[in-house]
Amino acid sequence: MKSSHIFASGALALVIGTGAVLADPIRDAIDARQAQFTLFAYNIGPLVQMAQGDIDYDSEIAQRSADNLAALTHTHQDRHWPEGSDNASVDNTRALPSIWEDAEDFASKFADLRAATAAFQEAAGQDLASLQGALGPVGNACAACHDANRAEE
Amino acid sequence: MRRVIALLALVGLIALGGWVWLTRPVPLEEDALAGLEGDAARGEAVFWAAGCASCHAAPETEDEERLVLAGGQRFESPFGTFVAPNISPDPEHGIGAWDFEAFANAMLRGISPEGQHYFPAFPYTAYLRADPQDVADLWAYWQDLPHSEAPDAPHEIGFPFNIRRNLGVWKRLYMDDGWAVAGDLTEQETRGRYLAEALAHCGECHTPRDALGGLDRTRWLAGAPNPAGDGRIPDIRPGTLGWSQSEIAGYLQSGFTPEFDVAGGSMANVVRSLSQLPREDLDAIAAYLLRVEG
Repeated sequence: MKSSHIFASGALALVIGTGAVLADPIRDAIDARQAQFTLFAYNIGPLVQMAQGDIDYDSEIAQRSADNLAALTHTHQDRHWPEGSDNASVDNTRALPSIWEDAEDFASKFADLRAATAAFQEAAGQDLASLQGALGPVGNACAACHDANRAEE
Repeated sequence: MRRVIALLALVGLIALGGWVWLTRPVPLEEDALAGLEGDAARGEAVFWAAGCASCHAAPETEDEERLVLAGGQRFESPFGTFVAPNISPDPEHGIGAWDFEAFANAMLRGISPEGQHYFPAFPYTAYLRADPQDVADLWAYWQDLPHSEAPDAPHEIGFPFNIRRNLGVWKRLYMDDGWAVAGDLTEQETRGRYLAEALAHCGECHTPRDALGGLDRTRWLAGAPNPAGDGRIPDIRPGTLGWSQSEIAGYLQSGFTPEFDVAGGSMANVVRSLSQLPREDLDAIAAYLLRVEG
């Protein structure tokens, strides 16, 4: 009984140890940035639905969602985009190597998104027309970077 | 021997005559445009529905810049690379010296004012279904568009595809003015079909092509390889897409998918144009798309 116990905990240690050896910082970074884009999409959802007339305009939800979008653009991005996490190097990412080849352009596109979400934050809570007017530039900022730096599905 | 040569010459002449006849440009009938008066205000909606700016605006332009039809965007294909020309109303570098008849023959017949065939990268195979009144309205709207002095870049098309005259045969094979989606349609679906098949030319990218570059209309909107290389142009038949009518219309209006992702690639340009249309037209396109088989 005792010896089987020792054997079991040895096996367990081996499994955990192997897991630690296999920990993949590139994969972790990709998971983190994909989670970030999920947050973008989740917060822009009600704003798009209001702009399209699918749900009623609610200034409080609009303001809070726009606040979140703007806040997300202020997170530091450096650890989300390590070298070697492009779609030519690893699977399960659509991040094109252009992000690293022209890092300056990538940074400037992210800055464009920050500016568009800041303007949107000013407008979204005012009324529906203001929200609709300021949503376009946010979408354009998303699309500009997807155009340049994201592979087609 | 002499008779053989004479016979060969005769056969050659007949073949040449057949080629000349088969490949000749066939312009609009003389009275096709009779009595049409263009309305520039109505023409603006035609402009956005037909997606002129999606291809003819300079690369990477937004907002007001998209009214400058300077050309310069490059379109890769298995036959070579097409470069969109300047079609702004500038009389020297664009098409400002044309008259309405020349414009209508370009749009509806794919023929230049010099009587040459245009390459079907210019989607006259869709526009040929357009109401001549819409073309007249579009031409009226055109007159006030900004001028560009950008020079045209040549297409990069290899032999034998660069021989425009041969396109006469291609046109005989593929200039089909029928509708891809037939049957009983509601008024809204019929409007959507007109917008999608005659003006917005969705099928040009979303329908696969055969070896000669003609659309395979039996697989209408079933998706196709991306001629620019990466990935595929998606299958947008309702069974595959799975979006509701308001989700499709909303996407065309805002560029956001039902998952609130944002279109990139060439579809971003299409949305920039279509989003200028009234919502009821986008609802109509969506209603039509839900009627596509598959």
